[in-house]
Amino acid sequence: MTARSVVTLRNAAAERGGRRLWSGVDLTVTVGEFVAVLGPNGVGKSTLVQVVLGALPLAEGEVRVLDGPAGRANERIGYLPQRRSFDSSLRVRGRDIVRLGLDGHRWGLPLPEWLPGAAARRAAAARVEQVIHLVGASAYADRPVGELSGGEQQRLLIAQALASAPDLLLLDEPLDSLDLPNQAAIAALIAEISRVHRVAVMMVAHDINPVLPHLDTVVYLVPGGSRIGPPHQVITGAALSQLFGTPIEVLTASDGRLVVIGPPERCAVGAGWEP
Amino acid sequence: MTLAAALSWDPVTDLLQMWSFPFMVNAFCAGTIVAVLAGVVGHFMVLRQQSFVGHTLSVIGFPGAAGAVGIGVAASYGYFAFCLGGALVIAALPRTGSGGYSEESAVTGMVQAFALACGFLFVARYKGFLNSITALLFGNFLGITTEQVALLGVVAAIALAVLVVIGRPLAFASIDPDVASARHVPVRALSVAFLVLLGAATAEASQITGTLLVFALLVMPAATAQALSARPVTALALTITIGLIVTWLGLSVAYYAPFPVGFFVTSFAFAGYVGAQMLRHARWQWRTSTTPARASTTRATP
Repeated sequence: MTARSVVTLRNAAAERGGRRLWSGVDLTVTVGEFVAVLGPNGVGKSTLVQVVLGALPLAEGEVRVLDGPAGRANERIGYLPQRRSFDSSLRVRGRDIVRLGLDGHRWGLPLPEWLPGAAARRAAAARVEQVIHLVGASAYADRPVGELSGGEQQRLLIAQALASAPDLLLLDEPLDSLDLPNQAAIAALIAEISRVHRVAVMMVAHDINPVLPHLDTVVYLVPGGSRIGPPHQVITGAALSQLFGTPIEVLTASDGRLVVIGPPERCAVGAGWEP
Repeated sequence: MTLAAALSWDPVTDLLQMWSFPFMVNAFCAGTIVAVLAGVVGHFMVLRQQSFVGHTLSVIGFPGAAGAVGIGVAASYGYFAFCLGGALVIAALPRTGSGGYSEESAVTGMVQAFALACGFLFVARYKGFLNSITALLFGNFLGITTEQVALLGVVAAIALAVLVVIGRPLAFASIDPDVASARHVPVRALSVAFLVLLGAATAEASQITGTLLVFALLVMPAATAQALSARPVTALALTITIGLIVTWLGLSVAYYAPFPVGFFVTSFAFAGYVGAQMLRHARWQWRTSTTPARASTTRATP
């Protein structure tokens, strides 16, 4: 193997509340690779993110992240949880939100600029400025984050995840609740970060289309199974029909967008499933 | 409460006259300590949207203070014992959802009512020992002893020292608990630690403003400052400044006027908040009227 692996899952299976979500997942994510995690609601896409963060142990199999057990090197992971948005009453600047991603976990208070030993703090401020510029949020980084639009907040949160110069970005539905032009813009931004800065990206997505032109690999999870490979091999009628065990058709629209017809919207597995 | 002191309208003479009484010096020392601690803790409380918990703790303090006076101990000890104890009980309650402690409003409401009722019972039971129930509910700055000032100072110093150590990860855990937790910030432990700090700050504020008016020092300065500035350091400095100004003004006016100190501190703090909101609104209108194209240009950034 020439490319260094960032995340490795071997024969992995996960459970939540005693219910088996997915199993038999073999996945290797390499440096600079852009991976989308797809699947019906409730299949455990966010659970996969929790496994990689080390917040949830595997029920079966093995996971290694950044050359160690999961959870060991989380300071090298930029994590963007699933969320709607910040409360509109939150009176904190976007810049301060980004700064938390750099040193928010450290004890003590940040000292003001004019006190001695300012070089490190100036370097930190410069790093924050750099990632804000990188995501194109300079125009509104000094405004209270609660007043910003969903797309603007999402850019700042990506900047926060990038602040500590991570080797892996874990993004849980970052395009959710954005309008279509913003979905395309954020997807392109994430792809550029992945390509230019050699950051591996694992992104949970509800809809593959905004990220489709940029993807290297698709992980398609279904209850009790998975399919992993390049998008044109996984998002096909034959592959998905086999995966779901029910006829599924994939249509290609004139603009290249894929329309998947027939998969169950939610995966009701047994009686124990709850939303 | 009424002192009926004469106002000479010469600020220096009036201040010297007021501070010639040791109880007024004690009141100012206590007020200063409380304003600083309540301001700093209040800043985080507003950030965490836990005002309701702060209010609950203050109400729990009322039976504590009433009971303490009843058995012949200073009210301070009752406030501290019940507010800190209450904070630990709330911390031990099972949480629903990820939103912290703000959601158990029905349980908290019942606890508040029961605490008020108990306090009322204690006051009625030991009527002979208590000057007035209003002192506990609406504040009293007379008769603060030097020992009480020392106790307030020690508790505030410990609480502020803890906040200096945990301040940054606490802000992270408050604004962004999921990401903070992924970065191994002990979100749950910080949440418990903050509840204890909130208990201490509430107990201190109760002794100046009374149980029902703690928000004058706990919420109003922090909310006013955050309306004026979104920079954390500036907002924190403003919070302390506003807290000190309203406390000092309130104490001075209450010395000369025949009305309780809690009324004045609360009124000044409220006036400050209304003023800050008006200023913010005016600034926002000015900004949108001078740069009408701003919103559309930022959205268009690729």
